[in-house]
Amino acid sequence: MPKIKMPKSSPSIDMTPMVDLAFLLVTFFMLAASFRSSEPVQVTTPTSVSDKIIPSNIIMVTIDKGGRVFFNMTNAEARRELLDNMAGKYQVGFNDKHKEEFGFMESFGCTMRELPGYIDLSSEERPKARTLGIPYDSTNNELKDWIYFGNLAALNTGKTLFEEAKKKGDNPNVVDFKPKFILRVDSQTLYVQAQSVIDVFRDLNLNNLNFVTSMEMPPKN
Amino acid sequence: MAEIAEGGGGGHSKGKKRAKKGSTRVDMTPMVDLAFLLLTFFVLTSTFSKPKVMSLVYPAKVEDPTIVDAPKINNAVTFLLSEDKVFYYSGQYYPKSAPGPKGPTQLEETDFGPDGVRKFLAEGNKFVLIGKVELQKKLNSKQIQDSVYVNMLVDLKKKDKALKVLIKTDDKATCKNFIDLIDELKIAEIGVVAPVEIMASELELLKEKLK
Repeated sequence: MPKIKMPKSSPSIDMTPMVDLAFLLVTFFMLAASFRSSEPVQVTTPTSVSDKIIPSNIIMVTIDKGGRVFFNMTNAEARRELLDNMAGKYQVGFNDKHKEEFGFMESFGCTMRELPGYIDLSSEERPKARTLGIPYDSTNNELKDWIYFGNLAALNTGKTLFEEAKKKGDNPNVVDFKPKFILRVDSQTLYVQAQSVIDVFRDLNLNNLNFVTSMEMPPKN
Repeated sequence: MAEIAEGGGGGHSKGKKRAKKGSTRVDMTPMVDLAFLLLTFFVLTSTFSKPKVMSLVYPAKVEDPTIVDAPKINNAVTFLLSEDKVFYYSGQYYPKSAPGPKGPTQLEETDFGPDGVRKFLAEGNKFVLIGKVELQKKLNSKQIQDSVYVNMLVDLKKKDKALKVLIKTDDKATCKNFIDLIDELKIAEIGVVAPVEIMASELELLKEKLK
């Protein structure tokens, strides 16, 4: 019987394919990862079986555990238009830097008086600033104005975007470009607090609201 | 690890001496380390579940609520939410002062478990659920088109026989309770959902139950 000859190969392994794969995965996760934005409040959203994704042109109102209200909307241009309108109504001066910065800001929850100072803070300092939320009581309903002017600005930008899409010949659907209203509530927020914010929307005749929820598996039948 | 590769593998060349070429092999270990470190980091930090939205249409506000009578809704269920508790009653509300044919309204307690709200709603909304299955069959066999199916489903949910739901909350109910209930209603294919203000007499009834 011939003797089995063990090949005397070196223990070296060619690592190139592994490295290729590792970098491929790194790239994938890097691009796929959506980083937690530095929102001023952390909100644990309730869960639901809904599988509708968040639309693009939105006005988002966040209500945290304690009932503080924060406002946010997409589209930098619309935000600047909104700020101009709000500054005019409340007689608060904003310089160009403020306006530029406001376009890219995350949610904010402060009164109009505090807003210039709040914008001056760096994005790291903002979450630490203990703001009291946007007032929405009957004597000082700033939230209503934010939503009202926000809606106007979002309608305008939605319109221009729609026209652009039409020019390209995409056959767009008008509904997709209309602003949608999103409520991001914490699971522990009392419903009465959410209700008073919802009533602000309803006062403006905006009755179609969306609640942000995280995914939950639908029940099996 | 990788250093062992030095000189190996490449085949033992014949005795011929060559000008030293300087190994082309680079020690990849640190790079691999880094790659895997990054990989681990991104795997652990990335969140794939993008937040979703659930839409809800609120009833439009009326200028003067005294003018409009509460619409006569047949086949309605009213849910009353309190802190992590759900109560319901079917049909119209009869206060103690004016009891209906079955006496004053009594609240039934239920929960979000599988035998609670979901079972009750599935039972109550059988008409729509069965209708939906039939529509789906038609859709699958290409008898009707997608858009027709959607419209028919919406119509089906608005029919008289379909269950309608009113939601009332007290001041202790959290948003989680509310969303959970809405979620159950979505599962049970309930088309008409109206979150409305709670009446004082209902609130009293609820408080009695909670004691």
